[in-house]
Amino acid sequence: MSFLSRKTRIRHKSRITTENKMKTIYFDNNATTKVADEVFEEIKPYFCELYGNPSSMHTFGGQVGIKIRESREKVATLLGCDPSEIIFTGCGTESDNTAIKGTLSAYPNKTKVITSRVEHPAVLQVCRDLENKGYTVVEIGVDKKGRLDLTELAKQIDDNTAILTIMYANNETGVIFPIDKIAELATGKGVVFHTDAVQAVGKIPMNLSKSNIDLLSISGHKLHAPKGIGVLYIKKGTRLSPYMVGGHQEAGKRAGTENVPGIIGLGRACELATKKIKEENEKVKYLRDKLENEILKRCPDSMLNGDKDNRLPNTSNISFEFIEGEAILLMLDKYGICASSGSACTSGSLEPSHVLRAMGVPFTAAHGSIRFSLSRYNTEEEVDYTIEKMPEIVNRLRELSPFVAR
Amino acid sequence: MWEYTDKVKDHFFNPHNVGEVENPDGIGEVGSLACGDALKLTFKLDKNGIIADAKFKTFGCASAIATSSVLTDMIKGLTLEEAAKITNRDIADYLGGLPEQKMHCSVMGREALEAAIENYRSGGKKKHELEGRVVCTCFGVTENEIERVIRENNLTTVEQVTNYCKAGGGCGGCRGEIEKIIENIQGEKAGRIIETAPRWAVRLTNIQKIQLIQQTINEQIRPALRAHGGDIELIDVEGNKVIVAFRGMCAQCKLTEFTMKDVVEAKLREFVSDELFVEEDKDSTQEPHNHRE
Repeated sequence: MSFLSRKTRIRHKSRITTENKMKTIYFDNNATTKVADEVFEEIKPYFCELYGNPSSMHTFGGQVGIKIRESREKVATLLGCDPSEIIFTGCGTESDNTAIKGTLSAYPNKTKVITSRVEHPAVLQVCRDLENKGYTVVEIGVDKKGRLDLTELAKQIDDNTAILTIMYANNETGVIFPIDKIAELATGKGVVFHTDAVQAVGKIPMNLSKSNIDLLSISGHKLHAPKGIGVLYIKKGTRLSPYMVGGHQEAGKRAGTENVPGIIGLGRACELATKKIKEENEKVKYLRDKLENEILKRCPDSMLNGDKDNRLPNTSNISFEFIEGEAILLMLDKYGICASSGSACTSGSLEPSHVLRAMGVPFTAAHGSIRFSLSRYNTEEEVDYTIEKMPEIVNRLRELSPFVAR
Repeated sequence: MWEYTDKVKDHFFNPHNVGEVENPDGIGEVGSLACGDALKLTFKLDKNGIIADAKFKTFGCASAIATSSVLTDMIKGLTLEEAAKITNRDIADYLGGLPEQKMHCSVMGREALEAAIENYRSGGKKKHELEGRVVCTCFGVTENEIERVIRENNLTTVEQVTNYCKAGGGCGGCRGEIEKIIENIQGEKAGRIIETAPRWAVRLTNIQKIQLIQQTINEQIRPALRAHGGDIELIDVEGNKVIVAFRGMCAQCKLTEFTMKDVVEAKLREFVSDELFVEEDKDSTQEPHNHRE
């Protein structure tokens, strides 16, 4: 490469970096989170230096096995359970699949599955797939605040029900379901209870040893661990057939060589989450409330989606009437602000979010819904900046909208 | 994330000709809040019959707004005859292309333009209305409109038709019919399944036939109906007559007639036996119609 072309290349590169200098304001933490610096530091040696297989007989591999044991203990501490009740999986979706399908094959005589209409696709698609295979699937509805119909739920549990699977907190609205009460309903009738707690772990304090939850799914990348690592909590005494077979790992409950850096990272992330859960419920909640209240105050014809009183401390879902979500996201993106929307154009289909539709949010509002999901890495300056920009964006798009009278 | 061209982004962030022309000669309104996008186009002619001014108001995503903006740029200075020749392809090309799934935005632009011209020619009386038989009831798309996007854009698959005019993107009940429209227009070009000898040439016993019917309903038919909150149940099989009932949103939907012939019967004939015919068991279809529109 000639000297000249190298120089041009460098100049070109520096131009790109200056263009991207705008700070990213990340309010999309229900989609994924930043890997915590502490977590990244912890996992670094496990790629090129300590790359041994934890199942090996030699010390080089064996020392990795010890780290995995420690990670398992850290996850158990966050959940308030015994380390033997934790199995590591590839992701939250795998945990959900294992829980539901593993329970059904452990109870071959029962053919009914109960879930809710607002589950993540990792549960809902699995259930609908099972329905096609001949299982009876019941989807419990929600009211306009996104609260589950518990009377209907209790009515549906019968002798034929193998598993009840209800999410701990909704990813789109942040609405928290009364999981301990639901778990009691299920186990009281001899039904296995699973909860997809992907959005809840690390944000809500948990003590699984004192609850009736049989199975619980976690995803690492939602709590500042890397992507590609999940957990399934299996309460002692719960019958479950393995989903992945072909190895002795995870006590025979999940075969496959361990994702060592992922597991070690998740362990450290859970340790941090245990320490910071108070911060999540104080600092993060304060920032979320400020963002939400100010936006609702400053933008007319906007409304909150979900149950204000029973919500994750970090999530806010707001609908802006007469304008469309993707357009709002692109305007936000121009200011470096990352959020997400339940509009049709962003859902990959031509219809808006299944969660908002299940809640009966009118189409007019569903198309203009924006979800802000915060984390402990957000600052008050970021919130203030967004509060300042949001009315400007909404007004600009409303000037274009044929549904707004001038 | 959608990959938009710089031109799309530019027209989205800095749209041209926003608003409504005062005392317009033509008004075109298409789309609705429920569908997720809507466009109101107004124009004014000068004394020579040339479009002197054009403005738009749009509810929708970035590409809907950009499409409306370039459309107003494109038609200014044209006669109505010239403007009427603009196709959705022209609009998309002017923007340097649109993502395939967003092509319906360009079609909406062309529809609004046509509606506005029609409105002018009728002396300001005529408003945009659907012409011809409605094929997709979820998004209100007519046979004429589907035929037109197929011809103008040389489409060969149902998925493309959905991308271009939304038809078939809701409950999916009209997908069979869209496929037939494509076949009629494109003939041999259409990406249809090449007909081969029936895979189940062997004679089926009654039990085998019923099992195969159930399996086909589960695997081939139900997923399409589930996509829009509907469902189907096998009630009985009498000889070659298959009796089914629609559930959920499909029950009492005016679309079930199409679904019955074009989805249920077609699939059962494809996967079980081409002698089968389907009937609906009306007595067991009780659940109320609950499309939200």
